[in-house]
Amino acid sequence: MSQSRRLLIVGGLLLVILGMTYGLYYALFDEHQTLENITVSLARGFSLAAGKELEPARTALDAYAAAKFEYVREVDVHSHWSGLALLLILFGIIFDQVAYPEHVRRFLAGAMVAGSFLFPAAVLLQTFDQGIFPKALAAVAAALLIVSLAAVAVGFARAKDSQG
Amino acid sequence: MHATASPVAATRAFPAQGARRLLILGGIGLILAGMIFGDIFAVFVLHQNAGRVGEHLQAGVDAVAEGNAAAAEAHILFIGGPGGLLENRGTKVDTHVHIIVFGYLALLLALVLPYVALPDPVKKHLAILFMVGAALLPVCVFLIYYVGLAYSPLTSIGWASILADLGGLLVIVATAAYLAGVWRNLRSGRGALKAEVLLPEQSWSSRALLAGGALLVLAGYLHGAYYAGVHLYQHEARDVQLLRTMLESAAAGNAADAGAAVSSYGALQGEKAVHIAAHAHIIGFGTLALLLAFVQPFVFLSDLWKRRWAATLLAGSVILPVFVLLELKWGLVAGGIADVGGLLVIVALTGMLVGVLRHAGRLDAIKV
Repeated sequence: MSQSRRLLIVGGLLLVILGMTYGLYYALFDEHQTLENITVSLARGFSLAAGKELEPARTALDAYAAAKFEYVREVDVHSHWSGLALLLILFGIIFDQVAYPEHVRRFLAGAMVAGSFLFPAAVLLQTFDQGIFPKALAAVAAALLIVSLAAVAVGFARAKDSQG
Repeated sequence: MHATASPVAATRAFPAQGARRLLILGGIGLILAGMIFGDIFAVFVLHQNAGRVGEHLQAGVDAVAEGNAAAAEAHILFIGGPGGLLENRGTKVDTHVHIIVFGYLALLLALVLPYVALPDPVKKHLAILFMVGAALLPVCVFLIYYVGLAYSPLTSIGWASILADLGGLLVIVATAAYLAGVWRNLRSGRGALKAEVLLPEQSWSSRALLAGGALLVLAGYLHGAYYAGVHLYQHEARDVQLLRTMLESAAAGNAADAGAAVSSYGALQGEKAVHIAAHAHIIGFGTLALLLAFVQPFVFLSDLWKRRWAATLLAGSVILPVFVLLELKWGLVAGGIADVGGLLVIVALTGMLVGVLRHAGRLDAIKV
């Protein structure tokens, strides 16, 4: 098996397990608490506003927004790690059919594995740090993924014969 | 008709009672079940549930205007609390997504099997373990809304959630064991079992599914990048801003502004939902098309019918996400067309499943 295929298959299987383990951890220890935070903060905001306490109501809405920000990203991380892992394994099985020399395929495989791990990781990082670094990392990793995916699609299109 | 040359090789690649047959038939079955569930959910639950969320949000805002704190809180808890409207929606979406993704993973594991250095009986038992987990998790997630916290030993997690997590654990264990088998294979340097390696055929249907699948996945990621870059943060800011306007206007007795904010909030939720649904479906269908390109050698149908099902699947895969996005402009008409797109994918997948079952029956009838 070529190095590029090995990288994609092993990277993909590791990423599947990472994505599912993260999902299991999240469902057990975080999801219910986060959902409760979202609802309780919003309900408190409405209740306080009904009592004309507008400043505390705004604070409650900020807590709601923060919890929802976290929830959206945590679910995204789980689904993107798992979904990208499936693609990596799939490409790994037929990567010899991509019509590039092996060193280019190895580079593309490395870029896809790195992008597939880093993009969701950067999104997860945003729940701890809302500065520019996690956003920039997510953007770079997503660009890496899209460019390498496009290159692989072109490579498949250029392939004429099936290789084993 | 199909590519496998000799009956012995064909039986080796798709053995009766074997792990691969279980994973391929089970995988397509899971995907079909998930898609049919998704269509039923979209037609009978999704829009009705969104309408009820809007009604309770408006009622909550009215309660704020009347100074009735208890009623305002009760309406919000009815939307987002345990057993609430968002739990009804969320658990059904999770059921739909997990059945389908486990179906994809089952098909993928069937393709990886030749690289797994484990005895055949172990591979088969792992496949059974995987399928049990893959069925248990979505069924239990579906039940979360109905079972709630009844008889639960925990304060916020019910029995349905606990059993769903157990299902997830079974899937992780089976997948990790297959990974260990791949690792053993790589360390031994034996390579794959050639007779079992599946590659896409050079048929029209396989090539169309490969090329179409790759394009769909690429389009899905481009759309995701566009959404994240242009709309995501803007939508999040508007979400909380509209809630502020609702509460401040209602508290000030300005019912018109509060009502307008409730309407805008509903429209915003719809806008977010269609973008996320389009992104998820186009990538999901692309992945499905790529996977099915490998399964074509096992579809025992004439080339003409294999072409028809591949074309139908790709057409549905484009129609659904495009018309989901158009719901923003065309409303329920576009939603109806999107549902037809989903139906086309289901019909095509059923056609291919029939072909795989015919292939299995034909092999079992051959004495080798």
